[in-house]
Amino acid sequence: MTATRLPSWLRVAAPVAVGLLGLGAWFAYVASGSAPRMLPDPAAILGEGVQRFPLIVEAAAITGTNALVGLVAGTVLAVALAALAATWRPVDGMTAPLVAALAVVPIVAITPILNTMFGASSQFGRAAVAAIAAFVPVFVNTLRGLRQTRPVQRDLFRATAASGAQTFRLLTLPNALPYLLTGVRVAASLAVISALVAEYFGGPSDGIGTAIATYAKSGRAALAWAFVGGGIVIGLVFFLVTSLLERAVARRLGAGRPPA
Amino acid sequence: MTAPAVHAAGVGKVFPSTGGEVTALTGVDLDVAAGEFVSLIGPSGCGKSTLLRLIADLDTPSAGDLAIFGKAARQARIDQDYGIAFQQAGLLPWRTVAANIALPLELHRWSRARRDARVAELAELVGLSEFVGRYPDQLSGGMQQRVAIARSLAASPQLLLMDEPFGALDEMTRERLQTELARIAAETGAAVVFVTHSIPEAVFLSRPGRPRDEALRESPEYFTRVTAVREALHGAPLQRANER
Amino acid sequence: MTDQALAPGSVTSIVPDDGGMPRGRRPRGVGIGRVGWGVAGVAAVVAVWELYKLLGPADGVTVGGDGSAGSGVILLPRTHDRAMPHMWDMVARMFAPTSGGDTPPLIVSVLEAAGTTLGLAALGWVIGVVVGGILGIVMQRWRLVEWGLLPWIVVSQIVPLIAFAPVVNALGNQIDRAGVFPWPQWFSVALIASYLAFFPVAIGMLRGLEAPDALHLDLFHAGAAGWWSTLIHLRLPAAVPHLLPALRLAAASAVVGAVVAEVSIGLRGGIGRMLIQLAGQASSDPAAPWAPTFGTVAIGLVAAAGVALIGATLHRFRRGEEIR
Repeated sequence: MTATRLPSWLRVAAPVAVGLLGLGAWFAYVASGSAPRMLPDPAAILGEGVQRFPLIVEAAAITGTNALVGLVAGTVLAVALAALAATWRPVDGMTAPLVAALAVVPIVAITPILNTMFGASSQFGRAAVAAIAAFVPVFVNTLRGLRQTRPVQRDLFRATAASGAQTFRLLTLPNALPYLLTGVRVAASLAVISALVAEYFGGPSDGIGTAIATYAKSGRAALAWAFVGGGIVIGLVFFLVTSLLERAVARRLGAGRPPA
Repeated sequence: MTAPAVHAAGVGKVFPSTGGEVTALTGVDLDVAAGEFVSLIGPSGCGKSTLLRLIADLDTPSAGDLAIFGKAARQARIDQDYGIAFQQAGLLPWRTVAANIALPLELHRWSRARRDARVAELAELVGLSEFVGRYPDQLSGGMQQRVAIARSLAASPQLLLMDEPFGALDEMTRERLQTELARIAAETGAAVVFVTHSIPEAVFLSRPGRPRDEALRESPEYFTRVTAVREALHGAPLQRANER
Repeated sequence: MTDQALAPGSVTSIVPDDGGMPRGRRPRGVGIGRVGWGVAGVAAVVAVWELYKLLGPADGVTVGGDGSAGSGVILLPRTHDRAMPHMWDMVARMFAPTSGGDTPPLIVSVLEAAGTTLGLAALGWVIGVVVGGILGIVMQRWRLVEWGLLPWIVVSQIVPLIAFAPVVNALGNQIDRAGVFPWPQWFSVALIASYLAFFPVAIGMLRGLEAPDALHLDLFHAGAAGWWSTLIHLRLPAAVPHLLPALRLAAASAVVGAVVAEVSIGLRGGIGRMLIQLAGQASSDPAAPWAPTFGTVAIGLVAAAGVALIGATLHRFRRGEEIR
C-alpha cells in the first residue's frame, strides 16, 4: 500500500497539464463543428475580451466595488458582533441560531426586496447582500478566534495581575487575528459571488452579472463568456489579496495554532 | 524442527531524509524460537521499533535477510502469521469493543458465527467480557490496550509483535497488564517480540521457566537480573539514530 | 456553532475541515436552550424593524443626493408602508389570495413553488454528492489525479462559477432544440445546482479519506487488508466527520444554485420566478414579495435540516470527534 514516490515537479506539471488538456479538448470540440453556438472557441472569447476590454473593466469595477463595500461592511459588523458575543452570553445565544440560519439560506433571495426598499437604481441592495454573505464567515471565525486563548495562557495573565484591557490587547487580540483574517479570506470569495449573483435579481442594469445575462440571452456567446472571464478575474484578485494578507499576519503572529 | 519465529541475519535499514541518510539499523542478527518471549530493550532512537516494523513488513530492510517462520516477511503478513499491538491502542472509535476485536477476522471474511465465538473467547481471555458492547471512548487507557491485545490475538497467531504497548499507561495498570500478557503468552504458546524501554518490564516478561506473577517482582533474583541488564546497557556504547 | 470556522493557514480548503456539526452541548446561558434563544433573536429583529418604522425618519437617510429622485445613496430606507410593510401586514398578506379573487392564498402558492425548487435543489445535491464523492475517492486512490485536479477544484470554489448559469441555460436550450436529447428547462436548474454542490463534496471526501492516522493505516496494512477493504472499513468511516460539513455546504450551494438558475431561466413554478415577479409588483402590493422570500429561507432551512438528519443517522461515526 506504500505509494511509489512521485517526483515533486509533477505537483505543478499535473494541474497545468490538465488545464492544457481541457483547453485542447475545448478547441477540438468547437473545431469539430458539433459544439452548440453557446460554446465558442477560446480564441473568439479572448478576441472579444480584448476588443471590449473597457466595457468589461467598467462592469467589473461596479461588481468589484459592490463586493468590496460588502466585504468591508460585513467584516466590521461581524467583528463588532463577535466581540459582543464573546463577552455576553445573551448576545451569543441570540446570534448563534440566526447566523447558523444565515449560513444555509440563499441570501441573494432578498435582493429584490432590498431593491424595493432602497430604490431600483441603487447599488445598495447588491452591496448589502455581499455584506451579509461576508458577515457569516468573518463572524464565525472571529468568534472562534476570540475563544481560542488556552487556559494556561489566561492563567499566566491572571497571575501577573494584567488588566482586562491588557489581556485583550496582548493575548486575545493576537490570538484572534489569524482567525479573523482566515474568515476575511473566505468572505472575500463569497462577497464577489454574492455581488455578482445579486445582479441577476434586478436593480441597475450595470455590472458583470447583468452583462452576462443580457449577452447570453441575446446569443452573443463569446461576449457573454468574456464577461464570465471578467468575473473570474475579480474573484481571483480578491482571493489573492486576502490570502496574502492572511499569510503575512499569520507568519508574524505564529499562525495561531497552539504547539502540538 | 520447526522454523524459528523470526530469523534476522545482517539486517540493516537506512532512511532517506532531508539532511542526508539516516542509518537506523546495521548488521542486526536475531533468532526468536517458536514460543520464545524476547524483549528488545534500549533507549529511544536505537532502532528497536524500526526492527519490529521490518518484522511486521510495515517497512522493508535495506540489507540482510529476514524470515518469519521460514517465509518472507511480506508472505507472513499476507498469511497473517502474526498479530501486532502498538503503544496507542488504535481502536476505531466507531466500532464497539467486540467489533474492534473482530476487525482482523472481518478483513479475512470469517463467517459471523465463527467471529462471534472467537470474540467471546478473546474478551474472556483479556477480562473484558462485560464490556464488549461499549465504545472505545467509554473505556480507560488500560482497557483500550487490553482490547488491542485481544485484537492482536484474533487469528490465533503464533507470533506477537508488541511496540511498547504499555508505554502510555500508569505504573499500576502497567504491572497488571504485564502479568496478564505473560499469562496469555504462556497459554497460547505464541512467540513474542516485545519492544520496551523499561528494564524492569523486559526482565519481568522475558523470564523463562519461573511463573511470572507478582511474587516474582519482589524476588532477589529479579533485582539481580535487573541490575545486570542495566549495567550491560550502560556499559555498551550508545549510538542513537540522530546522533550518528 | 464553530463548525464553519477554519484553522488559520488551511489554505486549500474552503470547506471547513475541522469536524462536523454542532458539537456537544456547550452550556448556553440560563438553560433556555437553542430554540429559545433563536426565537429571542428573531423577536429582536422584528422589534428593531418595527421600532425603526416607528421612530425612523420618514424619508430615510440619503447621503450625497440633491433631493431629486434616484440621486445619492440611500443608507436607511423610508419608513413608509410601501417601502417597509409592517411585519403583521406581511403575515396577513400570506393568507390573502395570491392574485385576487378565487386564487388560493399566497402561502399555498409559495409552498408549491418552494416545493418545486426544493425538489430540483435536492436532485442537484444528489447528483453533486455522487459525482463529488466518486471524484474524491478517485483522487485519494491516485495521487497524480489529485495533483492534477485538486488545484482546479479549489479555484472553482473561489471564482463565481454561478456566472455560468445563463450560459448553461442557453446551452441547454440549444441542445434541446437541436434534438440531440431532450433537455427540459428544469434539468438545467438541477444541473447548475449539482455543479455548485459537487466541489465541496469532492474536497471534503478527499480530506476525509486521508484523515485516518498512520497508526490505523499500519494496523490495516499489518492485517493484510487491500485498498478496497481499507476504504470500506477505515477511510470511509473516518471520512464522515469531514463529509458532513461538506454535505451541508453542498446543500446550501445547491439551493442557491437552484434559485439563481430559476431566475436566469425564468422557470415556471419555481420560487425564483415568483421572487422576481412579485418584486416587480411591489409598488402596488408591497407585502407580497416577502412571502416568497420567507419561502426561500424555509427551503434553505429544510435542506440544512435534511443534512442534519443524515448526520444524526451517522452519529456512530462521529464518536471521538474532538471538541474544540
